[in-house]
Amino acid sequence: MYKTVSRLLRIRVPRVACNSLVRTAAVSQARCASTSEVDKPNFPGSKSKFVSQPFLLDPDDMEGIPVYRAMNRDGVFIDESQDPKFDDNTILKMYKDMTLLNTMDRVLYDSQRQGRISFYMTNYGEEGTHIGSAAALDPKDLVFGQYREVGVLMWRGFPLIQFIHQCYGNCKDLGKGRQMPVHYGAKDYHFVTISSSLATQMPQASGAAYAYKRKKNGLCVICYFGEGAASEGDAHAAFNFAAVLDCPVIFFCRNNGYAISTPTKEQYRGDGIAARAAGYGIPCIRVDGNDVFAVYNATKLARDLCTTQNRPVVIEAMTYRIGHHSTSDDSSAYRSVDEVNQHDRSDNPITRFRNYMNRRGVWDEEKEKQWKLDSRKMVMKAFAEAENEKKGNPESFFEDVYKEMPPHIAKQRDAMKQHVKQYKEHYPLEHFQPMS
Amino acid sequence: MATLCKTISSVTRSATKLNQFSRLLSTSQRCSVQMAVRDALNTAMDEEIERDEKVFILGEEVGQYNGAYKVTKGLWEKWGDKRVMDTPITEMGFAGIAVGAAMAGLRPVCEFMTFNFSMQAIDQVINSAAKTYYMSAGQVPVPIVFRGPNGAAAGVGAQHSQCFASWYSQCPGLIVASPYSSEDARGLLKAAIRNENPVVFLENELMYGTSFEVSDEALGKDFLIPFGKAKIERAGSHITLVAHSKSVGLCLEAANELVGQGVECEVINLRTLRPLDDQTIIESVMKTNHLVTVESGWHHCGIGAEVVALVMESPAFNYLDAPVLRVTGADVPMPYAKSLEDLALPQVKNVLTAVRKSLNIS
Repeated sequence: MYKTVSRLLRIRVPRVACNSLVRTAAVSQARCASTSEVDKPNFPGSKSKFVSQPFLLDPDDMEGIPVYRAMNRDGVFIDESQDPKFDDNTILKMYKDMTLLNTMDRVLYDSQRQGRISFYMTNYGEEGTHIGSAAALDPKDLVFGQYREVGVLMWRGFPLIQFIHQCYGNCKDLGKGRQMPVHYGAKDYHFVTISSSLATQMPQASGAAYAYKRKKNGLCVICYFGEGAASEGDAHAAFNFAAVLDCPVIFFCRNNGYAISTPTKEQYRGDGIAARAAGYGIPCIRVDGNDVFAVYNATKLARDLCTTQNRPVVIEAMTYRIGHHSTSDDSSAYRSVDEVNQHDRSDNPITRFRNYMNRRGVWDEEKEKQWKLDSRKMVMKAFAEAENEKKGNPESFFEDVYKEMPPHIAKQRDAMKQHVKQYKEHYPLEHFQPMS
Repeated sequence: MATLCKTISSVTRSATKLNQFSRLLSTSQRCSVQMAVRDALNTAMDEEIERDEKVFILGEEVGQYNGAYKVTKGLWEKWGDKRVMDTPITEMGFAGIAVGAAMAGLRPVCEFMTFNFSMQAIDQVINSAAKTYYMSAGQVPVPIVFRGPNGAAAGVGAQHSQCFASWYSQCPGLIVASPYSSEDARGLLKAAIRNENPVVFLENELMYGTSFEVSDEALGKDFLIPFGKAKIERAGSHITLVAHSKSVGLCLEAANELVGQGVECEVINLRTLRPLDDQTIIESVMKTNHLVTVESGWHHCGIGAEVVALVMESPAFNYLDAPVLRVTGADVPMPYAKSLEDLALPQVKNVLTAVRKSLNIS
């Protein structure tokens, strides 16, 4: 029995592709059962057979869910059929977005250290999960991020300077400076504003996917979350509802080894997040998150199933958070610098992709050197521009609490304006856009 | 005092008559229809589902089972799974689903079997539904109605008998409605479903079966009651009674009883708890010079406390002839025993005592 289970798990991935066949098979099996002599359990809510010996189904006896990868560490396709055959321009865009993200992270991280912005979170080591998944989506698929998915927005063409406007919370920030840095949100790019409360985006993604199913718009929803967030009750609700309501949502877990300081071994006992999917009746795939092509192929497969069959899919992308959790964290307190360096050297998604590009002949040392200079220049230019922008009009602080401003809020606003006008010498109004 | 009272009351009564007369003139036909609060809520949802394709109801057992309290009766049969959706159990889950569906353009009506269970979902209501519009700088509206019975039912103990009015009323970004009558239920619920903001809609289980006379106007498909506007259920000149939900009924009963003593109470049904109609309260207190608030929730940081504070901060403060009194639920978790439960909730006699104390009469 144990072996049967592990065999089932092992062939789980190919089954995703031919799911309609699986369903047909199940139906015909049920029909057979009703006419055959075999005594089968007839309890509501379960499908299996009787056995006459008791045994405990121990997950420790099962083989773990395999990790799908397309390229080895040297950037060589293991199976040529897994090459998505991108043209040179797409390859270059993927690489440039991954590395621009990296450069932006360095500049903004340092700027927080210099006290120029209040907070920052880097994406080091997870660039492959962002770009690989974003490239496989329709640009109109709705994204619910957790907070470390900046590459997805970058892939969609969100201007570099807008990221920095947001981190500065200046008057050009689409969020009107209302949130902490990295809480991006962009309606035009179908990216829902980041929520600080962990995992609230998960049931919301299921709900949005339900709305998309009703609209029959051919789109799906993707929900990013970490392996730590998966311990929240919201995650359970999101999985269960999406499965029961047949919602076209991709649950994309970035399993990066740490939830702030908590390592995975203290976060869960089972075989990662992918192993939970079967319990909810959700197809899943585990993928090497440091292999951009594998992430792309897996997301493409998931998206196809989502949009053609209105079913949720769990993707667990195995990766490693090379940076600290945020600027409020020093990870050397709970993991060694050697461990981090080892991951950075041996498993960096950017290095692997660059190896592939070098081999393909679209990239070389010279181009790398030039791009490093160019990309840094781009970031510094945007940075300087954003830093010089004024803060928003203080009045806007009272807007968007309700669709229409109620009188009591208008009263607060007017009182503030009156006060600031009267005592303007005490306020740094020169840094703000003028009030009306 | 007694003479004065009588004079004033006769003036008020004739004013009421005149008012009725003018209403007769303005409408061609006035038929008096009796309607239970449950049916008022049910018809409101039915009509809104019909009016707007985006509206749908979700919650535990709202479909085939017709809802735990039968408020959604017949709607699943009429509109099917697409518009009336049963969900698995987990308030956090379906509240989150509703928030996400609203973010993606639908207009969900999310039923909590009772608001007691909404505690499990309060993060989604406060941190996501109420704040996302602001945090996204107006990019992501969340038009959603969280509705269900609130406050004490009968004999269901501490965990099923709590008023959450003050909890939700504290949070900017939310609208909080608390209907009393069938007219309130219809007009406020339809307005809630059409509103662009998240609305917490607090019904009362004990009122579901209560019937009220409903006007022609209130039966109209576009009958909407504006938020932030209280209703003077009964005009009076000696004391102002402010209440919401079932407690409005207690105030009206007390007011009827006090007529015999020559006391005319002005009963204000708040209808909306956020925004609160401060103007109506202030004007009334400036007229009556006395104020009693009545609610079934606890007194600490309660709705009554807010009403008192707004009067203190307003010109009405100088018109008060006596300290404001609050009639509230007892400051204990709800006892299970029927006799104790009755005593833990405001009753007509408590309202009478408060009014007499305020007016210094016996």
